[in-house]
Amino acid sequence: MERFALPAIWTKNGVICMTFVLFLCCTTGICNPNKPTPTDSTNLETAILLPDDPEDPQAYPEEEKGDNLPVFTMDYTRIQIPFEFTLWILLASFSKIGFHVYQKITIWIPESCLLIGIGLIVGGIMYSVKEEPPAVLTSNVFFLYMLPPIVLDSGYFMPTRPFFENVGTVVWYAVVGTLWNSIGIGLSLFAICQFEVFDLQNINLQENLLFATIISAVDPVAALNIFDDVGVNEQIHIVIFGEGLFNDAVTVVLYSMFAFVADMPAIDSVDVFLGVARFFVVGVGGVLLGLLFGFVAAFTSRFTNKVWEIEPLFVFMYSYLAYLVAELFAISSIMAIITCAITMKYYVEENVSQRSCTTIRHVVKMLATVSETLIFFFLGVVTITTEHEWNWAYILFTLLFAFLWRGVGILVLTQIVNPFRTIQFTVKDQFGLAYGGLRGAICFALAFTLEDNINRKNLFVTASIALILFTVFVQGISIRPIVEYIKIRRTNKDLNTINVEIHTRTMEHLICGVEDLCGQWGHYYWKDKFKKFNDRILRRILLRDTRSESSIVSLYKKLELQNAIELLDTTMGDISAAPSVLMEASRPKKKFLTGDIRKMHDILSKNMYKIRQRVTIILHIYIIFPLQNVSKSLKYYSLQPGGNLDSAFPLRRRSRGELLKEDHLQTFGASPRSSSRSLIPMTTLKTIKEQGSSGAPSSLSVHPLEPSSGEHHLDEGFSGPSLRGRKAPVATPRRHSSNRDDEDEDNGFSENQAAGAEQPPPPQGWVPEVRDPGANEAGNPLLRQSAHGSQRSWRT
Amino acid sequence: MGSSSSSLNNVPDGQQLMQETGFSAAHLLRLYERFKFLDKDNRGHLRSEDFEAVPELSENPIGDRIVGAFFLPGQETVDFSSFVRVLAHFRPTEKNRTRAGAQPEPANSRNRKLKFAFRLYDRDRDGKISRTELLQVLREMLGMQVTEEQLQSIADRAIQEADLDKDDAISFDEFRKSLEKVNIDHKMSIRFLE
Repeated sequence: MERFALPAIWTKNGVICMTFVLFLCCTTGICNPNKPTPTDSTNLETAILLPDDPEDPQAYPEEEKGDNLPVFTMDYTRIQIPFEFTLWILLASFSKIGFHVYQKITIWIPESCLLIGIGLIVGGIMYSVKEEPPAVLTSNVFFLYMLPPIVLDSGYFMPTRPFFENVGTVVWYAVVGTLWNSIGIGLSLFAICQFEVFDLQNINLQENLLFATIISAVDPVAALNIFDDVGVNEQIHIVIFGEGLFNDAVTVVLYSMFAFVADMPAIDSVDVFLGVARFFVVGVGGVLLGLLFGFVAAFTSRFTNKVWEIEPLFVFMYSYLAYLVAELFAISSIMAIITCAITMKYYVEENVSQRSCTTIRHVVKMLATVSETLIFFFLGVVTITTEHEWNWAYILFTLLFAFLWRGVGILVLTQIVNPFRTIQFTVKDQFGLAYGGLRGAICFALAFTLEDNINRKNLFVTASIALILFTVFVQGISIRPIVEYIKIRRTNKDLNTINVEIHTRTMEHLICGVEDLCGQWGHYYWKDKFKKFNDRILRRILLRDTRSESSIVSLYKKLELQNAIELLDTTMGDISAAPSVLMEASRPKKKFLTGDIRKMHDILSKNMYKIRQRVTIILHIYIIFPLQNVSKSLKYYSLQPGGNLDSAFPLRRRSRGELLKEDHLQTFGASPRSSSRSLIPMTTLKTIKEQGSSGAPSSLSVHPLEPSSGEHHLDEGFSGPSLRGRKAPVATPRRHSSNRDDEDEDNGFSENQAAGAEQPPPPQGWVPEVRDPGANEAGNPLLRQSAHGSQRSWRT
Repeated sequence: MGSSSSSLNNVPDGQQLMQETGFSAAHLLRLYERFKFLDKDNRGHLRSEDFEAVPELSENPIGDRIVGAFFLPGQETVDFSSFVRVLAHFRPTEKNRTRAGAQPEPANSRNRKLKFAFRLYDRDRDGKISRTELLQVLREMLGMQVTEEQLQSIADRAIQEADLDKDDAISFDEFRKSLEKVNIDHKMSIRFLE
């Protein structure tokens, strides 16, 4: 895709674009009457700038006095607020686009830095024209509107398995680490304040502690962007992630405690105990609230399949509600929304359609990105425009102590927690953890929420900004080369192979079993217990369709889906390339019907249908044929030679990765490899969902020896169109992957269709897609029996 | 160490087992207690019925394979030293152990752990996991949740991913290679109680 072949021109365009937009926004800001500066000058400047404003057309309605109908009017104040809002967002987003023009910039300088930089520039412009930026980073706007999307995103996409494996460590670092940092920094700064020469005498201990609490909040937003780019190993990732999220609980408590205490002349020991109690209320309360809302959301999603248009809405509304209610009670809203998201995700994603699922994920990501972009952007803007108080000593010592205490803290904490971990943190990991302790916008917003009656508030604000800028710029830019230099263990996230999943599962079962044998409890004990509870109770209540799906199967589906979608994407994306060429490149030996790219979807679907039909025809034949011999034991099939069938249907050597079923069907049980496989078409037969149409009865009628439940089994399945609208993306690749090998055989087998005569509509190959819970109860035990039946007979 | 080594004398071949497997005396004692608990009839060895008497093990999808792994081929009973030797595979790997070249590979090395897991699949001990064997394990683990076709596809996919020499089976080397990025020590270690 070489559309951006000429970076020079594009950059030029980009620059023009950005200056245009910058100018736009400056005028927008200038047109903002919501600022505290006197409105007279505003109007004056508005009037002056109006002719230059490229946005507004040249019209002077106020000059048009008279009783004629005004042909053209303009009313800016009416649309002002949403208009400016949109423009700010656009500006921030344009800068994001602009960064990616030069790939190299984003590699070396993290996006957060760039955004702050642009924000600084815009802030500078606004300051020079003596305007105030919109009040975005005020406490309410920040905490109620800008923070929730980011936290929702973190919670929704949290990798749950590593998280729960490391939950102890995460909580340890979050709670104890934050405490350590706050108290350490607070005390050291207080010590510094004692020196007269720095002119800091009037900051007492409580205020220092309060400030220290504010700045010890590590912000995952900033750190994780960088770590994700670098790709550090999962352990560090999840620890920083979790720490950043969960230290909110501690910060909230400490902050309120110290704020409260700052008013009071003295501290009682009772207050310390109350503080601890409050911590538990805050933390545990947040979690419980989140769980509550999560379960309610999951339960709601059970009934939303008729209102798929608003299905995604519930996810957002419930999580936001959780956040707000937590804010109402002043408990940790971040923990509430995270817990809500984690709980909700698991059940909601099973209940809603594929489309809603995609929508939810996309919107979560979008909101979070917008929010984050705006935050960093405004951080830059507000830096220039707030009132600062600069005190070299305080600020430098803040930087020093923040760095120092974090490093020491991580070291000490890791030493304590390492013996309890199976994967221990190496020194390099610890360095990564310590150095990755960036501060971000939460710190800044908290500083703004300081009461005005705290003296030296401006100093605190300045110091926080300085710390944030320092950590984001200096640490943010340097962390990448350092991490690469010291070779921290990188992540191996593409472990998603089926093999790994299967073997890991086996090992888990193994460890479970051995632990049980030794009479020990391991962490699998709790995992198992939870799983049983989940399966027995929770899933029944919260899920519409309670078939459980093992992780292996869901991973397999996911992989096949990805495969198929990639395949479609590559063909759709490039019209000029012949589809057959692309298909051949990706799957050698495949021939595809050529057609318009536009019709590629249809063609694929039709092929799949055809293949399905052929498959069912073959099955018909197969059903009829062996069942005539059913009087012999099932062992017959295991011994069936390939001979007499080969002549009729060429034995095709199956290429790698194709589904076994087609091979079986074409070799009719003749297996060069192992005898047991021939049994499988028999069981496959039972599970193929064939519609009870004209084609099927012939097969059904030959089933007197099948248990009647088998017939029942065959009758079930889709009654509607096999490709239900919302299931299409999932169902299609299923078929695609299962049958892609057979398209070139299509012609060869067409004559066989005559044998089966009727063409039943294509059955759904994959049971779970067929949302037919009623049939499953009957279906599954049969599966078990039939599988066991065939197994047993094989073993004899 | 003094008191425990005296009770270690009750453990048959205690010292030798300690050296061989790397279990500490306390671990060994506890395992011996457990062995005696499982050996309800006090025979001094365990039979498969004793293993199956552990309720959770019978619920485990691959329980019978695990039990089978304790029995050496051809044997019907498991004595304490075999018991411990098998369990030694699950000790966490020690990173700093340097061993002389002549010493046999310790039981809890990554390779041995992988071999143990491999043998769970490869019951006929032909050195390869054939498709049937893989299917059996999958069937046991996934049971009622999937259709036969899905099982087939999953097995196919697994073999496709791992099979490098295209013999439609997974040899031990291919097995090891497919798991090269997985932290086996983490996944296959138990912290034994004392």
